[in-house]
Amino acid sequence: MSLSRTIDTPEIEEALAAGTTIRKHVLDLDDFSREEIHDVMNSARSMKEVLGRDIKKVPALRGKVVVTLFYEASTRTRISFEEAGKVLSADVINMSASGSSTEKGESLLNTGLTIQAMGVDTIVIRHPHSGAPYLLAQELDTVNIINAGDGLHAHPTQALLDIYTVQDRLGGLEGKKIVIVGDVLHSRVARSDIWGFAKMGAKVVLSGPTTLMPPDLLLASNSIIQSTIGSLVEFDSDLDQAIEGADVVMALRLQQERQNAGFLPSLREYIRRWQVTDERLSRANPGALVMHPGPMNEGIEISNSIAHGGNSVIEDQVTNGVAVRMALLYHVTTGPTQLD
Amino acid sequence: MQERQIMNQEDVRRALTRVAHEILEHNRGAEDLVIVGIHTGGVHLARRIAASLREFEGIDVPVATLDVSLYRDDLGVRTQAQTKLQQTDIPSGIQGKSVVLVDDVLYTGRTIRAAMDALVDFGRPQQIQLAILLDRGHRELPIRADYVGQNLPTAIGERVKVRLLETDGRDEVALMLEGIHAEEETDVAE
Amino acid sequence: METESLVIRQARIIDPSRDLDQVGDILIGNGEILATGSLGSDSIPDGTRVIDGTGLVVAPGFIDLHCHLREPGFEYKETIAAGSRAGAKGGFTTLCAMPNTDPPIDNAAVVEFIQQKARQDSKVRILPIGCVTKGRKGYELSEMEELASAGVACFSDDGDPVFDANLMKLALTYSSDLGLAISNHCQDKSLSCNGVMAEGPVATHLGLDGIPAAAEEAMIARDIALAESTGGRLHVAHLSTAGSVPLVREAKDRGLSVTAEVCPHHLTVTDQWVLGGKGASASVAGSLAYDTSTKVYPPLRSLNDVEALIKGLADGVIDCIATDHAPHDLTSKQVTYQDAAFGISVLETALGSLMQLVHESKLSMVALVDRLTLGPAKILGESYKELATLQPGTTADIVIFDPEHEWTVDTSQFESKGKNTPLDGTKLKGRVVATIVGGTIVYDGPGLQFQAEKGRA
Repeated sequence: MSLSRTIDTPEIEEALAAGTTIRKHVLDLDDFSREEIHDVMNSARSMKEVLGRDIKKVPALRGKVVVTLFYEASTRTRISFEEAGKVLSADVINMSASGSSTEKGESLLNTGLTIQAMGVDTIVIRHPHSGAPYLLAQELDTVNIINAGDGLHAHPTQALLDIYTVQDRLGGLEGKKIVIVGDVLHSRVARSDIWGFAKMGAKVVLSGPTTLMPPDLLLASNSIIQSTIGSLVEFDSDLDQAIEGADVVMALRLQQERQNAGFLPSLREYIRRWQVTDERLSRANPGALVMHPGPMNEGIEISNSIAHGGNSVIEDQVTNGVAVRMALLYHVTTGPTQLD
Repeated sequence: MQERQIMNQEDVRRALTRVAHEILEHNRGAEDLVIVGIHTGGVHLARRIAASLREFEGIDVPVATLDVSLYRDDLGVRTQAQTKLQQTDIPSGIQGKSVVLVDDVLYTGRTIRAAMDALVDFGRPQQIQLAILLDRGHRELPIRADYVGQNLPTAIGERVKVRLLETDGRDEVALMLEGIHAEEETDVAE
Repeated sequence: METESLVIRQARIIDPSRDLDQVGDILIGNGEILATGSLGSDSIPDGTRVIDGTGLVVAPGFIDLHCHLREPGFEYKETIAAGSRAGAKGGFTTLCAMPNTDPPIDNAAVVEFIQQKARQDSKVRILPIGCVTKGRKGYELSEMEELASAGVACFSDDGDPVFDANLMKLALTYSSDLGLAISNHCQDKSLSCNGVMAEGPVATHLGLDGIPAAAEEAMIARDIALAESTGGRLHVAHLSTAGSVPLVREAKDRGLSVTAEVCPHHLTVTDQWVLGGKGASASVAGSLAYDTSTKVYPPLRSLNDVEALIKGLADGVIDCIATDHAPHDLTSKQVTYQDAAFGISVLETALGSLMQLVHESKLSMVALVDRLTLGPAKILGESYKELATLQPGTTADIVIFDPEHEWTVDTSQFESKGKNTPLDGTKLKGRVVATIVGGTIVYDGPGLQFQAEKGRA
């Protein structure tokens, strides 16, 4: 099993020898180079042009079948992938855990094998357990896997659309200061964003309650972080200070049950210390972007006026999400197949 | 790698000038024309043709760019490097216009088929014409060019390399004489 | 028992009970060790089979204080028969079976069932471990005296640690006149929460819930305090953190009756392995990440922890090595990391992986043998020491191994029903050649060379 598919045409061998990556799966951002991220951004820009047409349909994935396999509730991500697949002319089948054989106790692996046996080309999977997409990638031979969010681990397509959005608005990420506020611990979006933003050269400052920061993330001995994105990530629990001179402020969803689990003394205290407000945003750079991966709790992690204010690019994120997912579906699903 | 020069810089210039004249003659001017260059080589040639038209007639003919990757019939057997997408940009629209598609080499005709499919997603042009720098034969589809810079009989499997000022620093068309380990060609499948 | 006579010639004999490490011969007959040393031809009876021991080590058979044989109740994961074959293949002559069976070993009837099964199916000695509390539920003490009389090796609630401190105190007090240790799996579950691997950078990178070192250390500290106040015998199962070692050291320094064990995987494998690269240093999750064969309790930890444990073992702070052999069926592991069962199938790879420490000069060969033989025997009690010696006149429980034999782990060749090990496909150096229980060869592996029988040449 590898991330690359088996290929055997001389043409493709040549390209491989020249260092071209042939991506079969999108499991995490950690194996994307900066160049590959740029490639995805370029393709996404072309896809955005397609989305702007009167006839939003291209035949690229005609005859391909994409299954969205969602073990968690989702609106935007699932619809975003469905639209992306359909604009590319793929047949998209949506499957959610409820109402499927999962309720009869079928294991993830057996569900995957069943879908593979039906000749499906690509599975887009969301699962509450970290690593679930890896299980499918390891055990299924012919299906491409795209991770649409797994446990606390990663949400690579969200991070790519966030990178796209920042790049589109600010012209690039190099040297930009991006503040991510809130529950990083339970946010796979934040984890992928940290990785992606830093990889693209942005300085990422995390802010929020110390109880909601992943342990060891910023440890000097964390060789995983140090060897890749190193000193570009910082933590500052004081949001007023962290937001100073920021180019982008991203608020994360705060789930209300975190209070019951003891991570927070009260929502009231959270709001007082970490809500993104007009007053706080005024400390950021003029024109700073306000982002949120959704769904929002307006009035908790973000004030109503900020969520819908002039700095908000939250709706851009949604639009760009379709284009980025088109680019990924296109690259993964049209990659060279094994030629027998 | 040995190669034989087919066209030099002057040849290319003369061919394009003639093609521009023929376009004007055929269309009785440049009204309602849109020049659509197919990525990558065709885009540069389309801009040069448009510049000639401006020179001859004093008219700014809209130039559009078209990436046909999403319409190809060989997706799945191409490498990722080959499927990189480029910008499609058709600012003027094509509804009711006379479209001149421009590409560097005409070979199997599959790219042109893809380009026509792509074009009609943007509207219903009055007509679609095809201008080509080099026609090397071996069509696999019933497609022919309206304007041809030069015809060159080749063998299947031979490779043709088009170098353009904009990307390679000089204009030249060459036939690669041996082996298939040529430097990356702009038009491997076409 | 009627057994044949055997002599092993010119082997390196390591017997920690007598501080012995020398090349010589060892003669076995009537199920006993008859003589060791340089044996002349005269002292060997006719008809004795001769094993060429050149280049091989002969030691007392290994004793495993902590393994899971799954029977009764989970025969699809392991049986006493398969587990005992795996043990024999790994050089173990005595296996102490944990009571997390169904029904659990909390009454004499289950002890007797296992003993009966063992007589029938087992190639090696099986010692059941009795529950500390009824049903391993942590509410009422089991009938500890009845279990002791039935022959349990020690007491443990295994993966369900005695969470109620007062009950643990009562268990240590009540059992103090039975002469058996209480082996506690020290894990404060209010700290480990839903953790599935060691807390640390790898867990954070993979988005897996981490188990802090404090979950282990807090309960060890508690139990040591309770051992001190009760005078009971505490055995700490499978240490995994650097911080646990000084806790045990200090307790021993104060003269408390506290012992500890460590598992082969905690001495040789780190949490980096969860990234899928078999321990290769990696900054990204490979396509084989979330390898569920690395999911074990206590979790695989950092290199720092591994080094501290090796040092603790070499120093003697940690008394013995126990495998925590935890075989599972394929289905229990072919799921997400979160859903996968905890446990590694260890018996057949234990020696090979531990020999790495000897080859790297982190542990002497004599110390390694001691921690696999005399160390565990002392914890079991005085009467078990004769299973951990090569003293003439004692039971012939013996292992013969080749310290230099290189081999590749192939789980399809395992005797154990559990194929769950991250070591599958890795190379090990050091392999058991033969295992002898009560004078009978119960495992006869590659490299065992018989010479002509004496007197029939």
